[in-house]
Amino acid sequence: MKQVIVKNLVKKFGAFVANDHLSFEVEQGEIFGFLGANGAGKTTTIRILCGLSAPTSGEVKVATYDIYTQREQIKKHIGYMSQKFSLYNDLSISENIRLYGGIYGLSRKAIKEKIEEYIEKLQLKEYQTLKVFDLPLGVKQKLAFLVAIIHNPPIVFLDEPTGGVDPITRRQFWEMLYEEANNGKTIFVTTHYMDEAEYCHRVSIMVDGKIAALDTPEALKQKYKADSIEKVFIKLARG
Amino acid sequence: METIIQINQVYKSYEEIRAISDISVDIQSAELFGFIGPDGAGKSTLFRIMATLLLPDSGEVQMAHLDTIKDYKKLRTKLGYMPGRFSLYQDLTVEENLNFFAGIFKTSVSKNYHLIKDIYQQIEPFKKRKAGDLSGGMKQKLALSCALIHKPEILLLDEPTTGVDAVSRMEFWEMLHKLKTQGITIVVSTPYMDEASLCDRVALMQKGKIMGVDKPQKIVDLFSKHLIGVKAKNMYGLVNKLREYPLCHSAYLFGEWIHFSSEQEVVKNKLQEFLRSKGIYDAQMQNIQPNMEDSFIDLMTQNIIE
Repeated sequence: MKQVIVKNLVKKFGAFVANDHLSFEVEQGEIFGFLGANGAGKTTTIRILCGLSAPTSGEVKVATYDIYTQREQIKKHIGYMSQKFSLYNDLSISENIRLYGGIYGLSRKAIKEKIEEYIEKLQLKEYQTLKVFDLPLGVKQKLAFLVAIIHNPPIVFLDEPTGGVDPITRRQFWEMLYEEANNGKTIFVTTHYMDEAEYCHRVSIMVDGKIAALDTPEALKQKYKADSIEKVFIKLARG
Repeated sequence: METIIQINQVYKSYEEIRAISDISVDIQSAELFGFIGPDGAGKSTLFRIMATLLLPDSGEVQMAHLDTIKDYKKLRTKLGYMPGRFSLYQDLTVEENLNFFAGIFKTSVSKNYHLIKDIYQQIEPFKKRKAGDLSGGMKQKLALSCALIHKPEILLLDEPTTGVDAVSRMEFWEMLHKLKTQGITIVVSTPYMDEASLCDRVALMQKGKIMGVDKPQKIVDLFSKHLIGVKAKNMYGLVNKLREYPLCHSAYLFGEWIHFSSEQEVVKNKLQEFLRSKGIYDAQMQNIQPNMEDSFIDLMTQNIIE
């Protein structure tokens, strides 16, 4: 099953074309890396896929729902997390989980179970009553990811989830992503760490509002005769 | 070579939270020196102390032979500081920002234009544009121009490349290497470990402490374990199985390859046999050289404090 279908997506701001005829699909259980230079148009696309902005033209389906007619359904069936905003700093861990569980309409019982599950999974027992502000950044980002999928959406969008995180936590975070993908969740992720691009099943590289390349990391490296995705990226983005 | 920055046993806490403790480093004139570490390592606190914007709880810092507390006024004329967050005037134009900073330091743009020429030329076509309307890469170039316009002896750049794409990061480092040839001492912080190799020397920071200071290659050479690169179609399954291997010290994803480390040398055929017994038949292996992140992870887990 396809979790994202995009055909000829165009988004204009006045005369400026931020997304110029994008077409791609993302399969269920796939880790899809969405790369591009600053200003290439990634954020615009993600905002559209999350139902926060309407395309100028083109066909978009997310989690089987149509972007023009079922935007509220899309919001219910996706998860979203970014480096900049994830959890409320002045709430405790369980308060954050309760808040997001409540927003997504989970029952009290289900929320209670989630609190226990997450605290167990991240070994947060000692932190339980702390405000999120006092958590180490790495723990916070892992918790933010779990909270973003509290309603068990088929697809989750991650916007630079590992920025500034230490190298061990960064890898633990990716192992969590692999685990979820193995369980059938679709992961749509942006990153500036080019080694992380290698962890994706497929990678798209956006340049000036267009998708300049889209394939498995292996195939991209072969095609552009480079030994890393970083070199592929630099070749494409520098033009 | 002359020591131009001396940081001596500096401590700083915010209420109960210790931001940095026992930081001591000497930095040489015209050196490109990097503080490498994740968020929360204490890098920005240290930069603010060096920039005379924050008082340490104890310890002292000498910059360009001036004390950051006693001589802060005089010292400020010798420092260029670019904070992590974009802090120019968003509603002034590119040109106005630059003139403003030159004016504050009682100099003019024309007098030191040669210093910023290579960088400023790239944004000069947009000099009438408001700083707030520039793209990320252009903002960065303007901020660097403004930090340089009074011809500082020392340039402090706090995380100039965070959140910046791989291409712009590369271009930024190329600019720094050019600046270095002008004799300016450049101190830079970054959470990207791969940028460490672009510095003359680096300090690796974690949880407010320095784990090691040396040339990048020397720090990589500190890595004492045996390392094998392993990959297979199912990387998640592979990393978990590798950790079950009795001789495994650690197994981490590193881009295309998993870095499998061990105290003793591991025979690849035996490891291959083990993986087959666990249902992984397509593992490829090769010898690999450790990189900065291997060393950083190793130091983090050993918790060696210099």
